[in-house]
Formats: sequence, structure tokens, C-alpha cells
Amino acid sequence: MEVLGVWIAAGLTLCIFSFLYRDNPFYKFAEHLYVGFSAGYWLVYTWEYTIKGMLIDPIRLQHAYSVLIPGFFGVLMLSRWFPRIAWLSRISISFTVGIGAGLALTGQIHGFILPQLKATLLPLTSINNFLIVFGVITTLFYFFFSRERKGVTRVFARIGIVYIMVAFGAAFGYTVMARISLLIGRFLFLFRDWLHIIKV
Amino acid sequence: MMQRKLPLLITFVTGVIMVVAFFVPHPPLGGLEQVSLRWYSIIAGFTLLLGADSLIRTHIRKIRRRENVFYSTVLLCALGLAIGAGAHAFITRGSAFESGTFFMYLYDNLLIPLQATMFSLLAFFIASAAYRAFRARNLEATLLLIAAVLVMLGRVPLGEMMWSKLPVIAEWIFNIPQMAAKRGILIGSALGAIAMSLRIILGIERTYLS
Amino acid sequence: MGFWERMARIDRRIIYLFIAVVVIVPILLQITLPVTVSPPVRMAYETIDALPESSVVMISIDYDAASMPELQPMLRAILHHCFSKNLRVLMIAQWALGVPLGIEALESVAKEYGKKYGVDYVNLGFRPGGMAQMVGMGKEIRDYFLTDYRGTPIDSLPMMRHIHNYQDIALLVGLEAGATGDMWVIYVGGRYRQDIILGVTAVIAPDAYPYLQAGQIKGLIGGLKGASEYEYLVGKPGLGMAGMTAQSCAHILIILFIIIGNIGYFMIRRRK
Repeated sequence: MEVLGVWIAAGLTLCIFSFLYRDNPFYKFAEHLYVGFSAGYWLVYTWEYTIKGMLIDPIRLQHAYSVLIPGFFGVLMLSRWFPRIAWLSRISISFTVGIGAGLALTGQIHGFILPQLKATLLPLTSINNFLIVFGVITTLFYFFFSRERKGVTRVFARIGIVYIMVAFGAAFGYTVMARISLLIGRFLFLFRDWLHIIKV
Repeated sequence: MMQRKLPLLITFVTGVIMVVAFFVPHPPLGGLEQVSLRWYSIIAGFTLLLGADSLIRTHIRKIRRRENVFYSTVLLCALGLAIGAGAHAFITRGSAFESGTFFMYLYDNLLIPLQATMFSLLAFFIASAAYRAFRARNLEATLLLIAAVLVMLGRVPLGEMMWSKLPVIAEWIFNIPQMAAKRGILIGSALGAIAMSLRIILGIERTYLS
Repeated sequence: MGFWERMARIDRRIIYLFIAVVVIVPILLQITLPVTVSPPVRMAYETIDALPESSVVMISIDYDAASMPELQPMLRAILHHCFSKNLRVLMIAQWALGVPLGIEALESVAKEYGKKYGVDYVNLGFRPGGMAQMVGMGKEIRDYFLTDYRGTPIDSLPMMRHIHNYQDIALLVGLEAGATGDMWVIYVGGRYRQDIILGVTAVIAPDAYPYLQAGQIKGLIGGLKGASEYEYLVGKPGLGMAGMTAQSCAHILIILFIIIGNIGYFMIRRRK
């Protein structure tokens, strides 16, 4: 079964790679298989980790029947399937959106803005510190569109672009690295686990 | 009126509870916050059912209209196979994620190769894009290019063998100019997120209700 | 049509072939290149290394098969490090598709060290909720995880008896392919002052540097290169180190593509 599994995996890998030559039935087959299995996987883990993990287990182990209330609101989310009562799903959605917004409001200030600003308040005793402070300020200037760019604001915005371009270039370099890594992973699978011509 | 006002009220109340509980974590607000967070997790878990339903309906409709019949059938069969394998594993072993189940076998030999290979195609596309589209048209593009090349060389062993300072330069780029620009960009987007959260709590932003 | 015009219109499949050859040949030849450890990875290593024996390290699997080639070697190297130092590992997942990946690595590495499930390591699996769950676990983990990934009640597991929230966890290691790492840092690091290390794909590594400089994370392992560095530090060469030569060659090829593409662009522009 193990060997059959590896051959199936290798076959599907080659089906996807065949797209590089051109779109073809093997690729389409593999693509639809992937989407279908992924959707099935979502449903399996929704049962295992949401319904069983968060509803059935608390009732079974802790007699926490109060979880039926959010369970009911979760089911209410599915009222979207029925146009006449679809508006009921807004109750569940608004609950989750409200919680998310409340968490984000305090979290972003306390967990991001303040620590990042604190880390930018550096003594200008070294070139690196100066470059960091100047870089953050000029980048923020670039994104400030409420005022016409004249004089100092124009110069700062131009310098901000320089920093942003360096950042994007670095990001591109790392993106190339990431994509090549994924390809290396697949070839390692084909040569090690399928064809057994290398040992790692 | 109930259909619009009630959800807005719920959003406002839950949002305010979250904000106030951050500053006053003691009972009863602390307990209320904890309950709300748990309820959020349970409700959020049901949203995936909507996505799966949309997918199933779309492909059943395609089969009925005799378009893309074979591939839509493959998709629905794969979905059925996943659910069947998961149900079988749950009934016989108590969990679909138990090692050695048919469900995990399908995950290892179907999902992993398909998903991993799908994303590995991007390596080819990025190489093609680098050849065809990455042009030093102006100063900004040239800076981008230079930074990209320095990072690509500096973060691999061959680059270090070419010049020992390349990794140092690449690390400096990440730690200083790249970090500063990213911080500026992320502060900007964090401010945007804060503004959006406020708008949602106060009921100014209502697009999530449609 | 001139030479450069022909070069500009070259069939993309030829480019794909070059990439494939440049990646395949070094893999087949199994050439390994020396690894130099970068400061962010060394910081991550030293943070784990400094933990006292029996400390609990929470590892969050926040990736799926699409990012497996970069993050799975990282996970294995970190697990080797934790188990060799007799640290206890508590695994969770914020990405449901990553649960089996975590199971596979945890079970296989734990077996090598003779570690016992429930005593030395526990896998809680996935629960929905994202940032709400992250914040909620700051008070009590059992509000979200009453059972482990197989459905075993966690109170029956000896390791979990004294673990209730982040105060009982010495270090959180997030293995990230998306925005979940930001949530760990903002909501858990910010609110509960939890020590965090991030292991990220190369795509999102640049976004993590502001956190590193601000001290919000204690270390950063980025991409396959970072994984190879960590493997080198723990003395367990794996897929990370195996892929570095191919990675190097592919980078050089892409730089050549960029240079040739630009030369062609300027030659055509000059002619016009």
C-alpha cells in the first residue's frame, strides 16, 4: 500500500507538472481532484474539531450545555441557504465581526503600533539608527496623501520611495527563494521517495 | 428594521465588551470576554460549511447543464471519498487524524503532492517573469533590481563563496532599509485596521451585513 | 527579427527547462555547500538552548502542504533540538490542513529520542477561532482544547496536568506561512508577554524583521536557508541542507535571466 501510495503521489505530481507544457486533461483531472479532496477535508475537520471538539466534547466531559447557544448561532449562519430567513445569519456574522473588531482595535495599538514606535525611538548615535528612523519617517511620508507634495514633503516622499523599492527588491529576492524551495521539495520527493536514486 | 438594527447593535455591544475588557480584565467583564471568545471560535467554525456548500452546488449545476461533466464528477467523487474516508476512520478508530487510517493515507498521497506541486509551479513562473518583465526602466526599478540581486546572492552559500561580504550586505539590507520601510508600511496598515475596527463597532461600516 | 527580439520572444517552456535542469542536477549530484549561520537563526537557536530542562515549548503549525518544503525541515530540526534538551513539546495548529504534517514530524522525531506521548509531548490538534482562541488560551487552554488531536481528554495526560495557559509555557514557536504569526506576536506576545520565535516561509520573512528589531520575537528562521542553518546548528542535516546547492544554482540562473532580459530590453530600445 505504501509503494502504491508513493506511485499515486508521483503520478499526481507529474500530472500537475504537465501544465508547464500546456493545459491538458491530466492537469485538469489533478486540479479537480485537489479541489474536491480539499473541500472534503474541510468538512471532516469541521466535524472533528468544531462540532465534536468544541460542542460534543464539552457537553460530554464537562456537562457544559451552554455551548449549545453558540452552536445554535453557528447553525444560524447556514440560514443563508434559505433566502426568506437569510437575514438571521447576520446575527452570527455581526457577533464574530464585533469581536474581531474589538480585539483588533486594542491589539493593533497595544501589540503593534506602540512597540514598533518604541523600537523606532532610537538615539541617533550611529548611521544605522539614523537610517532606521529616517526610513520609517520617510516611508510614512510617502503614504500621506492628505496634503499636496511640495517642498520638504516631496523630498521626504521621494526618499521614502527609495526605501520602499529596496524593501520590495529584498522581498522579491526572498520570494524567488521561497518558490525555488518549493520546487526543490518536489524534486527531492521524486528522486528520493519515488525513484530512490538519492539518499537524504 | 430588526434585520438591520439588531446586527448593528450586536456588533456594537460585542466590540465594546472586547475593548473595555482589555482595560478591566476582572470579573464580570473578564469572564464575559472569555465566554465571548469561546463562542466566537464555535461560530467561526461553521463558516466553512458555507464555502463547501457553494462549491457542491456549483458543480452539481454544471453536471445538470452537461458542461464540464467529467471534471465536476471527479471533484464531487473526491469530496465524497474524503468524507467517506473521514467518517470510516472516525467510526473505526475514533478520529480521522489517527495514524494509519485511510483518510491520512489519502492526505499523504493525494493532498500533499497535489497542493505542494501546484505551488511549486510558481518557481517556473517567477523565472519566466524575471526574464520577461523585470526591467531597470528607471531609478526606482534599478534600486529594486539591485536589492533583489544582492539578497538572492547573499542568502545562498554560493554567494558567500563568491564574496564573503555578500551575506553581511544582505543581512544589513534586511535589518536596516528593508525593515524601516516595512515598519512604515505596516504602521500605516495597522492605523487603517484601527480605523476600520472603529468604523465597524460604531456602525459606520456595514458592508459585512450584505 | 533581430537576435534580441528573438530572445525577448523566446518560448517560456525553454526557460522552464533551464530552471528544471539547474535544480535537478545539483540534487542528483548531492553536492553540499558550507552553511553559515545568520544572526536571527542563531538567536532562535540560543533561545531554545537556554531553556531549562522540562520547560514546555508550544509549537504552532500554521502552514500546509504548499509551504511544507520550507517549514517541515525547520519543524524537524526544532523538534530534534527540543527533545535532545529534554524539553516538553506541546503542539497545536492554527491551520487545519497542517495538522497531519505536525503529527508526522512529531511522532517520527519523538520516536528517535524514546519520548512518550502524554508525558514528554502532546499534540492538541486544531480548533477554530484564530485570534480569539489565541487570546482566550491566555486564561485557560481547556476552553478550546478539552481533548487532544485524537479525542483523548487532555486531563488524562500527565504532561497537561499543570499546563493551563501561557504562564505555564516557556516559549512559543510559530511556524508560519501567512498572517497567523502576526497574530501570535500582536495578541499573545503583546498581551501576555509570551516569548516567541517565528519560523517563516521566505515570502513573509521580510515582514518579520520589524518584530525582531523591536524585540517582540526572540529569533527568526526564514525559508529553506534558515532551515538549513538550524539543521547545521543541531547537527541533523536534512532536506534544508540538501536543497541549498540547487537553491544557489537557481538563484544564479535567475540573476542571469534578469541581466540578459535587461540587456535585450536596452538593445531593442536603443535600436528603436
